[in-house]
Amino acid sequence: MTGKNRQNYNKNYIDYVHSFEPPTKHFKNCFRAFLVGGLICCVGQFFRYILESAFSLSGDELAGTVSILLIFVGTLLTGFGVYDRIGRNAGAGSIVPITGFANSVASPAIEFKTEGMIYGMAAKMFIVAGPIIVFGVLAGTLVGLIYLFL
Amino acid sequence: MHTIFFKNKPRIISTGTIAGPKECAGIVGQYVDKALPDDTFGESTYEKAECKMLTYAISKAMENAACKEEDIDMLISGDLLNQIISASFAARDFNIPFLGVYSACSTMSESMAVAASLIDGGYFQKIVAATGSHFSSAERQYRYPLELGNTRPPQSQWTVTGAGATLIANQGSDIAITCATFGKVVDFGITDVNNMGAAMCPAVASSLLQHFRDTGRKPEYYDLIVTGDLGALGSRLLKDLTWEKGVDIQPNHVDCGEIIYNVVEDEFQGGSGAGCSAVVFNSYILDKIKKRELNKVLFAATGALLSTVSSGQGESIPCISHVVAIENV
Repeated sequence: MTGKNRQNYNKNYIDYVHSFEPPTKHFKNCFRAFLVGGLICCVGQFFRYILESAFSLSGDELAGTVSILLIFVGTLLTGFGVYDRIGRNAGAGSIVPITGFANSVASPAIEFKTEGMIYGMAAKMFIVAGPIIVFGVLAGTLVGLIYLFL
Repeated sequence: MHTIFFKNKPRIISTGTIAGPKECAGIVGQYVDKALPDDTFGESTYEKAECKMLTYAISKAMENAACKEEDIDMLISGDLLNQIISASFAARDFNIPFLGVYSACSTMSESMAVAASLIDGGYFQKIVAATGSHFSSAERQYRYPLELGNTRPPQSQWTVTGAGATLIANQGSDIAITCATFGKVVDFGITDVNNMGAAMCPAVASSLLQHFRDTGRKPEYYDLIVTGDLGALGSRLLKDLTWEKGVDIQPNHVDCGEIIYNVVEDEFQGGSGAGCSAVVFNSYILDKIKKRELNKVLFAATGALLSTVSSGQGESIPCISHVVAIENV
């Protein structure tokens, strides 16, 4: 059998397997994501208050510094091997915030360090975050164009 | 006829096994030759650790049989990493002819079947069949970086960190390999790489049914039918698939992947990987055979023959299972 013939899979079997798969616990997952995601946002807000009062930052400076701090914390926790444990339980709650992005860059960097600094760490650093950057830039451009002509 | 009967009944004279900390917390802990306290085994990378584990298992099997390198005619081994590097790199440390084999997690039974065939033919006297896997190296090759904070789906399995080696000889013990059924590649169209159990199930069913057809034996003939790494979900499916064909393996079937882990953290359906059946069979099961608590065992390790490239291109998962019968004579 080649190519197209192999499309004649055993559909009964596939349906049968699906009926056995443990269901995803949507409510539990959403609740955990809400809790952890909210907590990360609270940490961000906490940084904001501190920076505002102690260093009297404001506007873009303030927003940038808070992001940088959160990225730092995310990377640090990844390095300590804690972030993947949080992520395993929190799901989207720790993936969606900027700390999750930091984790997705730092984790392959750590992982591929063994293949050298250039071809390993640096080259493989964006294997997870790459698509986010590509489509992020693309979406940003499209929205920018729409904004321009509106 | 896909089954060969070994007239001279090659014997299993010794084994060597090693497993990681998570595995040793489970049932195999007290049976393995070495329980690793940490999964790096003192090496700088997980690939090196996997290779070292395999080397250890092979040396231990020779040591347990009081054999020297010169006594061994052949080393048959394979693993899960690209270009089976663990096996070939382990073979580099031995002055023994090497035959690299690959059938993913079915490598243990494949190498045993090949070894038994070569010995039964009278070409060789002593052959070591070995395989192993490592959670961290497999995870990196097939999935995501270890530290990435993603979630594992509930139908997924956990790659076993461990290695096992079997020394097969023409004489020297009561445990014989009596026949072997070589499996066909079977693909029922499962594309979910996290559901290996369901993908591999039809392949095992096909090989087991072929074995029973060829030998004329019934499942009751065996004290135990051991499958490789179907996990809890896959085992359930296998019982249904074989029952559908009029073969009831329910009473004496056990799956290495299903029994290997005690603690349920993120293993979900159980263990997988070439090391899973290699460790469980060579330590726990063979110990029971040695003590004659089990006398006739059918061993069907199961392998999913996919790669990240094939699954990336939307291919389904072809699987295979080779079956060997081990009996006390």
